[in-house]
Amino acid sequence: MPTVSQILTTMDYGPAPEASGDVVKWLKGHGPFGHYINGAFAKAATAFPVENPATGEVIAEVGQGSAADVAAAVAAARAALPGWSALPGHARAKWLYAIARTIQKRERFLAVLEVLDNGKPIRETRDIDVPLVARHFYHHAGWAEMLAEEFPGAGPVGVCGQIIPWNFPLLMLAWKIAPALAAGNTVVLKPAEYTPLTALAFAEICAEVGLPKGVVNIVTGDGDTGAALVAAPVDKIAFTGSTEVGRIIRAATAGTGKKLTLELGGKSPFVVFADADLDGAVEGVVDAIWFNQGQVCCAGSRILVEESVATVLTAKLQARLATLRVGDPLDKSTDVGAIVHPVQLARINDLVAQGQAEGAVLHQAECALPAKGSFFAPGFFTNVAPANVVAEVEIFGPVATLTTFRTLDEAVELANNTRYGLAASIWSENVNLCLDVASKVKAGVVWINSTNIFDAGAGFGGYRESGFGREGGREGMWEYLKLPEPKGRAEAAPKPLNTAPVVQAPRKGEPAIDRTAKLHIGGAQKRPDSGYSYAVMGRGGLSGLAGLGNRKDIRNAVEAAHKAGGWGKATGHNRAQVLYYIGENLSARAVEFTARLREAGVSAASAEVETAIRRCFFYAAQADKFDGAVHATKSAHVTLAMPEPYGVMGIACPNGAPLLGFLSLVLPAIAMGNRVVAVPSQNQPLAVTDLYQVFDTSDLPGGVVNIVTGVRDELTRTLADHDDVAAVWYAGGADGAAMVEKASAGNMKVTWAVAPRDWSGADGQGREFLRRATQVKNIWVPYGE
Amino acid sequence: MSAAPHSLTNHPRNPGVPLQTDWFDAVAVNTSAAERRAATLTTRRTVKKEWQAAWLVNAVRCIDLTTLSGDDTDDRVARLCAKARHPIADHIMAGLGIDHLTTGAICVYPTMVPAAVKALAGSGIPVASVATGFPAGLMPLPLRLAEIRYSVDQGADEIDIVITRAHVLAGNWQALYDEMAQMREACGAAHMKAILATGELRTLRNVYHASMVAMQAGADFIKTSTGKEGVNATLPVSLVMVRALRDYGERTGFRIGFKPAGGMKTAKDALAWQILMKEELGMPWLQPDLFRIGASSMLGDIERQLEHYVTGRYAASSRHALA
Repeated sequence: MPTVSQILTTMDYGPAPEASGDVVKWLKGHGPFGHYINGAFAKAATAFPVENPATGEVIAEVGQGSAADVAAAVAAARAALPGWSALPGHARAKWLYAIARTIQKRERFLAVLEVLDNGKPIRETRDIDVPLVARHFYHHAGWAEMLAEEFPGAGPVGVCGQIIPWNFPLLMLAWKIAPALAAGNTVVLKPAEYTPLTALAFAEICAEVGLPKGVVNIVTGDGDTGAALVAAPVDKIAFTGSTEVGRIIRAATAGTGKKLTLELGGKSPFVVFADADLDGAVEGVVDAIWFNQGQVCCAGSRILVEESVATVLTAKLQARLATLRVGDPLDKSTDVGAIVHPVQLARINDLVAQGQAEGAVLHQAECALPAKGSFFAPGFFTNVAPANVVAEVEIFGPVATLTTFRTLDEAVELANNTRYGLAASIWSENVNLCLDVASKVKAGVVWINSTNIFDAGAGFGGYRESGFGREGGREGMWEYLKLPEPKGRAEAAPKPLNTAPVVQAPRKGEPAIDRTAKLHIGGAQKRPDSGYSYAVMGRGGLSGLAGLGNRKDIRNAVEAAHKAGGWGKATGHNRAQVLYYIGENLSARAVEFTARLREAGVSAASAEVETAIRRCFFYAAQADKFDGAVHATKSAHVTLAMPEPYGVMGIACPNGAPLLGFLSLVLPAIAMGNRVVAVPSQNQPLAVTDLYQVFDTSDLPGGVVNIVTGVRDELTRTLADHDDVAAVWYAGGADGAAMVEKASAGNMKVTWAVAPRDWSGADGQGREFLRRATQVKNIWVPYGE
Repeated sequence: MSAAPHSLTNHPRNPGVPLQTDWFDAVAVNTSAAERRAATLTTRRTVKKEWQAAWLVNAVRCIDLTTLSGDDTDDRVARLCAKARHPIADHIMAGLGIDHLTTGAICVYPTMVPAAVKALAGSGIPVASVATGFPAGLMPLPLRLAEIRYSVDQGADEIDIVITRAHVLAGNWQALYDEMAQMREACGAAHMKAILATGELRTLRNVYHASMVAMQAGADFIKTSTGKEGVNATLPVSLVMVRALRDYGERTGFRIGFKPAGGMKTAKDALAWQILMKEELGMPWLQPDLFRIGASSMLGDIERQLEHYVTGRYAASSRHALA
């Protein structure tokens, strides 16, 4: 131990260890941990060791959950569901409040346990993870209290299977369990294999507050346990983890009717403009990629910096690396702790070595790493070619890339040059510029002059392959609620199409002038690529011929839709005007459309046209009113929750209600600014092909609505497979819906299997359609001068 | 071992440079980001046990023990100087294993300088005098310059000048520079510590700009506050000032000192500001030639904490010598 005099010559910080004796005693007192099922800890048949990543020592043994364990937990949750969901909101609020209070009373215990299990520094678990956990339960106690008033008509989804990652073990548990319980669901949660301990401590807290048995069940285990949970008879799966596993879950749940939310990976841009506070931005990098050892899905891992300040920023980052303290995560002065597991450390080492081999230059903190445990010195890459592995792949370690840009447009292009879309951080003193970039970046969370700021009151979740669904805030509650299923008969399979000439009885007299129903792509009528047409059979025989669209037509339609990006930037008022105008022109031609529907076999043809006109008015009215919110989060922050269009959507329309089914789906989508590639009724597409002229005379810009007629499920398959389509709605049979959901895993596009319904009734329109047509972007704007 | 104050001439003295507004025009300071960094500085670092004791001793070395009251008298100043010579009780010094310790300086009004010089004779402790119409600085410039010369004549080693806030608020950098350059000249061999009165500059951008102009005009130290403004030393303001002096150092090679003053009363504050200096600037700025803490009651709290370290019992200030 150095003397005071010696320390005066070095002014070192010295050791400042957080005591862990109480937690170690708790771990030792437990022997192997069992699963928490139906309010009790059940002995596990087989166990696996849990290591402290900072030392490599085994600190606990936990159960390896089998399919039988999962089944028992799901059965317990199922049994608890009626009682729990029937409780008044106030009663559930009291439980959630008790959990929040107890977490606060056990805050240091949980913070220390998280350090031992995960390796992250005590500074983070103490100041960030655990306070956010308590905040999350408080916030959702409030939603439980207000549920009936705030979400009228909505009820819980049911039994929720929840699978969480190892980077924020207790916080991710809170993000999953709090909203689920608030909404009246019961849960089976599987913590990550590397970090199961705080979930087990949480189970004890549930028991401590006397939560009814079966409401929360915790089954520990590895990926096999997770797979068993995904396959179990649950009503919803919520997963946070890698995009790779998310894709497997998307495919596995396709067609099962299980509701799904996925919070997946990211490669988030951290954009620094020349007029930014560069020292502030450097601290932003510290909080972005050197936070939690870089094991953060929303980490700003791609630093994009304006050329004119790149040299300065690089030098400042190099200097800052030198003052980061890497080491014992229990030490209160540690900035960077241990990587969660040797397997993850090896992955980081491999990727970093590969990045260097591909020409990137690594700048790394020159610090002595502890002799044992999994540690990695933080750093960043320069000279990173866009195709370098480290520019594309999520490293999930404390290493960023630094790339320069010249102009704002280039910054946005680089920011969006990724398959992910979780978060973005934008640094500039120019508020116009910041908000401009915020509007253009494809990300669910945008932080201006800040990074990695979280609050239970704001939604968190991704665009693109970063997943779908939100956690936190009002938008997060919707993920654990459902509205009553519309009543409707399942659709009969459409009749096969006939591309051969249909011989008709000879007509008397002169023929009417022949009309050709082509495809509608980019605002123009196009012949189908196939060169085939198919017969549309009406009441009186052949009604006409429709083009037989194929995958190339879909490709062209998607390209045309992408070119019509201006539609998404138009004001709600502008879009409303176009939708009103469509209603007006439809009304002017009501007689013609009524006749067309009658010919197509629609019995209440006149009523369907009338409803279609009203629907135009309804979505015109909504176009400038379905807007966002300002969330109440932290002081001196404006947190904007903005519903944004997905971009290009595919819509497969019901085979029945040939006009109304199409408009009921397409209108809300375009009202919110999406561009659509729609496949109309397979057997009766002519009411929709008649709409081309209505669209053309209603100032609808070309490319906003693209229509491809033909075999619906084949065309939809191409849409569902398409990597540049962001969402697909499918209003057909169960097999088709399963096909769409499975195929959507390719780019993790959002899908909606639209339940059969009476399109002329109340189920045919509403805010639900608009919510489905948008994704919420949360933009954090701190203020203060 | 002796923890005597460092000589003030460890580093080549900043001669100043011509006014160059481009050194700060383009520099942005984002208040929210600065506040965030300031708030986490002290949650990211801590010192315990021997290290805490040593850091508190170091804070004592860096304190400009101050009295700036209308009722100051020669005797009052003499008592303060006695505390500066002997800031920590003997039994605590023995427990710490330190045989010599003084504060960084004494800071008084110009008319109190002779009393301080007399009381500190032979101690090596510098006498700092405020000047230039402290605290408002709104006397005519010739009188302010005369006040500096008076204080230097009386034996002050350091002059804590105040800037004209109006020049900052109006963006009149040339006027600010010219005035401070004349003050620096008037200081002669005495070191010039420029008080920015940051609480009256309102924005952190103004703080950065004023810091840079002060250094360009030849300030040896930049100092946050007179202690008389509504808001005195805060960590965000200090963060911006130390970043400015780091930037100045990178451009010119000269090391400028930093002195937070006003409102810092506790041992905890002493640790917080030292953490700021170590993190943003490094070891040299934990020495009294580049770091001072303008405080009076802080010393008493430090003494109590050090006694606790030595004895294991919580201390009462009535058992320590008054400043």
